[in-house]
Amino acid sequence: MPRVNFTYALKRFYPKLESVDIVAGTVAEVLISLDQQFPGIRDYLVDDQGRLRQHVNIFIGDKLIKDKKHLTDQVSDSDQLFIMQALSGG
Amino acid sequence: MNPKNLLILGTRKGLVTYQKSDGKWKLRDTSFLGIPVSLTHVDSRNGTWWACLDHGHWGQKLHKSQDQGKTWQEVGAPKYDEGMEVKEGEAAAVRYLWAFAEGGPDKSDTIYIGTEPGGLFKSHDGGNSFTLVESLWNHPSRSDHWFGGGRDYPGIHSILVDPRDSDHIYVGISVAGVFETHDGGSSWEVKNKGLRADFLPDPQAEVGHDPHLLVASPSNPDVLWQQNHCGIFRTTNGGNSWQDLTQADGPARFGFAIAVAENNPDRAWVVPAISDEIRVAVDNALCVCRTDDGGKTWKDLRSGLPQSDCYDIVFRHALDVDGDNLSFGTTTGNLYLSDNGGDHWDCLNSNLPMVYSVAFA
Repeated sequence: MPRVNFTYALKRFYPKLESVDIVAGTVAEVLISLDQQFPGIRDYLVDDQGRLRQHVNIFIGDKLIKDKKHLTDQVSDSDQLFIMQALSGG
Repeated sequence: MNPKNLLILGTRKGLVTYQKSDGKWKLRDTSFLGIPVSLTHVDSRNGTWWACLDHGHWGQKLHKSQDQGKTWQEVGAPKYDEGMEVKEGEAAAVRYLWAFAEGGPDKSDTIYIGTEPGGLFKSHDGGNSFTLVESLWNHPSRSDHWFGGGRDYPGIHSILVDPRDSDHIYVGISVAGVFETHDGGSSWEVKNKGLRADFLPDPQAEVGHDPHLLVASPSNPDVLWQQNHCGIFRTTNGGNSWQDLTQADGPARFGFAIAVAENNPDRAWVVPAISDEIRVAVDNALCVCRTDDGGKTWKDLRSGLPQSDCYDIVFRHALDVDGDNLSFGTTTGNLYLSDNGGDHWDCLNSNLPMVYSVAFA
């Protein structure tokens, strides 16, 4: 199963958040499954239309996902996913 | 009624609460440290505190507190349904929570939230879920005559529920104008007659006006005031016609915030700024203007406020009134309070983050 890792910044809102193994074939499916374990977390990562938020990055291995609109990038059992925040603000 | 002894600030770096004890206002605590809080509301029906958060990374969030802000619980914020568009080719997503209103004493679980990009959302279950008020979203004027103002898309920043009839509601939209419903939001009428939109080819256009904030007189809800982009306007007939009360030769013209006295529909306050491309205090001096005669005359109130080297302006939700007490917070982090209707001001803090909203509770 692909393993999903999170930026520490999300632990402020989900204190029990730890790396998890998810049964999923695409990034979109990963987020749906994550939301069942951590209710509401999908809304932190994507907007009303399911698009990745502007300042959120998801990597598969060391590569940014290509489809930020529909999150159709495929994930395989050996993949490591990293859900990160872009550096911005002030 | 006893004066309220809490002051809740929505700021760029959290929700800051002041408390008055032994005659002095003191900072009590800060919630959501580091997170922008666009707006707060205390529900007069049940005491619930609400906070609208504007995360830079994670989107717009809604939190409520049952213990006066000591602990908070996140609830689902309004969302546009998948597939919805603001206009053709532009997906609809909540970009800002800009107005919050309770649905009236006879509808104890009804809440309204106004958003950018222009959707009004309604909850029937005390804020556990929200649905878009489609009649307003589908108003025929929206596609061609609603515009972005200070924000990229149109935004609903004012929601006024008539205390005499909770199905009678006004909303203020930047940039579109004032809309009214008499049937709880099933149908909407435009209420912009008498307003002036100097930025349009036709300044008297039916839709396309820019009320920065709309407020109603608590003692006579047929009297509404608005600080508009193009001046200060009042209606005494429920929005059927607006009168221009802009000061001809003084600072009471452009601004964002406006407040009306609880017991006197003729008494109101504004905090002027220089318009459009500059947006600082007029003559670099901070003043509040008050009218006691329905806008016929305006008086500058400057005692206790900086009269030089000042760049502060006051956002639309950052002025509140409670009896003779008034307070406002500024873009440069100053918080002022008056206990005599604005005749004199004291600075409570000059080191706050940018202040988005101020509310007595």
